[in-house]
Amino acid sequence: MSLPRTLILGALLTALFLGGALLSFVWTPYDIELLDIPNRLHAPDAVNWLGTDHLGRDILSMIMMGARTSIAVALLAVGIGMGIGVPLGLTAAARRGSLLDEVIMRGNDLIFAFPSLVIAILITAVFGAGASNAIIAIGIFNIPVFARVTRGAALSFWSRDFILAARVAGKNKARISVEHILPNIANLLIVQGTIQFSLGILAEAALSYIGLGAQPPTASWGRMLADAQTLASIAPHVALIPGLAIVLMVLGLNLMGDGLRDLLDPRIRVART
Amino acid sequence: MIRYTVGRLLSLCLSLIVASMVIFTVVEVVPGDPAAYMLGVNARPDTVAALRAELGLDVPKVQRYLDWTAGMLQGDFGRSYTYRTPVSQMILDRMVVSLPLAVLALALTVVIAFPAGIYAASRRGKLGDAGVMGATQLGVAVPNFWFAMILVLVFAVNLRWVSAGGFPGWGNGVWPGLKALILPAVALALPQAAILARVMRSSLLDMLGEDFIRTARAKGLSRRQALWRHAVRNALIPVLTIIGLQFSFLLAGGIVIEQIFYLPGLGRLIFQAISSRDLIVVESVVMLLVGLVIVVNFAVDLAYALVDPRLRVRA
Repeated sequence: MSLPRTLILGALLTALFLGGALLSFVWTPYDIELLDIPNRLHAPDAVNWLGTDHLGRDILSMIMMGARTSIAVALLAVGIGMGIGVPLGLTAAARRGSLLDEVIMRGNDLIFAFPSLVIAILITAVFGAGASNAIIAIGIFNIPVFARVTRGAALSFWSRDFILAARVAGKNKARISVEHILPNIANLLIVQGTIQFSLGILAEAALSYIGLGAQPPTASWGRMLADAQTLASIAPHVALIPGLAIVLMVLGLNLMGDGLRDLLDPRIRVART
Repeated sequence: MIRYTVGRLLSLCLSLIVASMVIFTVVEVVPGDPAAYMLGVNARPDTVAALRAELGLDVPKVQRYLDWTAGMLQGDFGRSYTYRTPVSQMILDRMVVSLPLAVLALALTVVIAFPAGIYAASRRGKLGDAGVMGATQLGVAVPNFWFAMILVLVFAVNLRWVSAGGFPGWGNGVWPGLKALILPAVALALPQAAILARVMRSSLLDMLGEDFIRTARAKGLSRRQALWRHAVRNALIPVLTIIGLQFSFLLAGGIVIEQIFYLPGLGRLIFQAISSRDLIVVESVVMLLVGLVIVVNFAVDLAYALVDPRLRVRA
């Protein structure tokens, strides 16, 4: 069986940014704390492959450091969403129709009413801005997504014969959820995780763009765009490059998600919104 | 239908109550003393005490919560701590920008997404389908605020068709105001249109596999006729839910887009409020946004039941 082409392309794009982010821990072309005002706003050339920004910093180095922030924030937010959402979804499915199920699902609906941006605004207004608040805001937003996907998928397994067999064997619902349901819905969760990862990258960029995410001196693609806004007409590359980085990273993750879905289970259709 | 409506109405009220409790708790209980927080660390104790009295913070929290919600129900959102003006007036002034922006963006989303989705579904597996799907794949990956920057660069800075930002107000006629909202609306709409087009396509394709389409074809309708007369209407049900969700995204997304175009909408209001620690304004605007989302979802649920009678029974 050959791998889907979308999966290969998506994985390559994702690996490119992941590699750049990992590489930035040991090496970047230039030190991003090094300001070089005389060389500011240089277009891409042989010295600075992606040019320099308004403070003369190397944009390629900034993109690599920014990838680190984006990936870390989005990944941790997926972790929060999965870590809380999946157990909630499993519980709701195991106790289908009970009061607990109802409470969990209504709670989900309620969180859905708070867009991640609004959660971030609430958190920032009270606790101040920062990357950790962005993680929490996006993470909270992810919880109901994972809870719903988990519950829906788990319910379809509860009526199957092998679950009945496990119950006859005397296993309780919690044990069945973990030992039999979870492995069966893992594929679906991986695909949803990829989608939420890419949404997290977009959300992190938006939050740091409006100043509610990563704070200086932490490099972030959203902040780079915020800095570039007034300079875009003089030096378009400072606005184009960070944006393209976001597009390619998100595109890569989405393609990978599509490819994984086709690879893992061609029958499963995941709602993409 | 009546039972269904009453049931949804009860759950709407419950959602609003719980949401208001959450917001009140985060904004007024978590920081400890809101007055001290709003005035900052260097405030004198008597100033803090004066603000506490002015904001009514000396009454118990439960009483304050009840006053706050009772006020909101009568359209009274309290007074801004920085501007000393009624928050309801401030919100109203900003809503005349934010609401038209969201509605315009939603209209654009639908106008772009419906034909694209229907076209892709009707050409399934062909070049046209692949083209639309490729474009939407790119569309969902583009951050709307970056897209907005590029629009400004192309249409305002280079071509000079529209101004790069600002809002002339509705006082000078509808057209100047609308002109200022076009680019922001396009920036908001395009990524959402990409999502909606994908939903429209997959929902239509699900329908095309149904028996009633085969029956329609069997009675002599062409593929195209069957698609338009029978599949599109039925495919609208999942599409409707997504549109409801998107409206809230567009309202919240407007907060970011308003920054780029210097539009005096709710987004600008909330950021001014955050930087001046005007918690009362933050609390009210957040409640309003969340309330709108809940009400829109309620409306979608009702619209659902109108379109599909089976759903009325389940509730």
